[in-house]
Amino acid sequence: MNIQDIRSQFPILHQEVNDHPLVYLDSSATSQKPVRVIETIEKYYKEYNSNVHRGVHTLGTRATDAYEGAREKVRKFINAKSIQEVIFTRGTTTSLNWVAASYATANLKQGDEIVITYMEHHSNIIPWQQAAKRTGATLKYIPLQEDGTISLDDVRATVTANTKIVSVMQVSNVLGVINPVKEIAQIAHENGAVMVVDGAQSAPHMKIDVQDLDCDFLAFSGHKMCGPTGIGVLYGKKHLLENMEPVEFGGEMIDFVELYDSTWKELPWKFEGGTPIIAGAIGLGAAIDFLNEVGMEKIAEHDHKLAAYALERMAGIEGISIYGPLDPAKRTGMVTFNLDDVHPHDVATVLDAEGIAVRAGHHCAQPLMKWLQVSATARASFYLYNTEEDIDKLVEGLVKTKEYFSDVF
Amino acid sequence: MSSNLDALYRRVIMDHYKKPRNRGVLEDSSLTINMNNPTCGDRIQLTMKVDEGIVKDARYDGEGCSISMSSASMMTEAIKGKKVEDALKMATLFSDMMQGKDLDDNLDLGDIEALQGVSKFPARIKCATLAWKAMEKGLKEDGQH
Repeated sequence: MNIQDIRSQFPILHQEVNDHPLVYLDSSATSQKPVRVIETIEKYYKEYNSNVHRGVHTLGTRATDAYEGAREKVRKFINAKSIQEVIFTRGTTTSLNWVAASYATANLKQGDEIVITYMEHHSNIIPWQQAAKRTGATLKYIPLQEDGTISLDDVRATVTANTKIVSVMQVSNVLGVINPVKEIAQIAHENGAVMVVDGAQSAPHMKIDVQDLDCDFLAFSGHKMCGPTGIGVLYGKKHLLENMEPVEFGGEMIDFVELYDSTWKELPWKFEGGTPIIAGAIGLGAAIDFLNEVGMEKIAEHDHKLAAYALERMAGIEGISIYGPLDPAKRTGMVTFNLDDVHPHDVATVLDAEGIAVRAGHHCAQPLMKWLQVSATARASFYLYNTEEDIDKLVEGLVKTKEYFSDVF
Repeated sequence: MSSNLDALYRRVIMDHYKKPRNRGVLEDSSLTINMNNPTCGDRIQLTMKVDEGIVKDARYDGEGCSISMSSASMMTEAIKGKKVEDALKMATLFSDMMQGKDLDDNLDLGDIEALQGVSKFPARIKCATLAWKAMEKGLKEDGQH
């Protein structure tokens, strides 16, 4: 993996921010886009912009081929059995909401349980809270270990014969920890529950094989994996999707429309009401080509290497608290931290003055913040275009931040 | 470090952050306002005692960054003893200041002028205005009764 060659494909990285070369350490929020993704989207709009699945003209056929071609790329990327199991959505949030709105509403009743964990992102909490309210089901939380990992004993203690849905993030957007979703899926299935995997933070960073994980649903977003915003994926096992009602109704998704009733298209189109996110899907396809060429194994290896280097260097800063397991083997490329009593917003502002972009706040994980007993944290997250030099600059920036605040006080 | 940063983190701001004035909860308050900034997790509870159109006392509690907490400290200092209408005027003035509008030279905002540098950091304006929004909301709703 030649980092300089990869970096040269990301035009945005080559600029100065606040008179310093940009150090982008916020890829867990959204990744940057390689030039080929940007050009693929531009080409669609310049050369063959057309609606899909209708009309007989040439541009319409090109657009349909490209859109459906992107679906096949996604299928291969996650090793789904069929393109019927790959639904394009607006992103992870929409994907999870659809499972909750359609599958959960139809299959849950009073006394049933939905099981999630304390580390979930709000988008994997609130849809289940709402589903529980609608159906009378109970929402239960798997607790966390001291280092922020999940123990399978706790999973076994929480999931019961009444559990109908287990939904867990594969990688935490705060702790960076990789969760054993394959083993959790097995426990869910032993109890007759379906397994939902939130892959927002894992799909960009590691090879996902839905057949190997044996998950029933998988949700992820394009924009965190070098693709555009506004496009995401809901994978579901065919027999489950077949029995689910669509969430949105309208054009595109129908078979026949009568005056008082209608029938739906077959999978996956019955879920894709309205003109789909055509440019987004084609752009995601280009992003997948790019990631495949670099190699998901190599990207995962690079992430681990950066995480190990960052953990080692940052641990040397006096007064720093690092959240999540300190063993880099249990993590992907991100480090969440706090610096003494300097508020994370202040840390992020001082780093920004040095051209370094990090995230500060509750990271859409308020229950986890409560568990960590903090109101906010700062997070540096890495991707395939980041280097050890970026981390050196972060560490220098953090030392300067400390000095700056001890100076002004 | 840049001079912009120095304009943001003025010594007087850090002084209010490290040695907050009016921190806590008023026992005999007539108004309690809870407000938060959902995008970043900052939260404030503002208690005020308003009597005969005068803000007799004000205290704040909460968590947040140096800018939001020092702004709350300065705001409570500024409105104590002021008429409700004057406190509301100050809130408008403060909002103008955050939007980078030129202020009347004759106005003396005291310590609060130190927060002027925040207007150059768009991402931090919401931090500075949190306490003021809470004050404005409380006094306006109180006036409707």
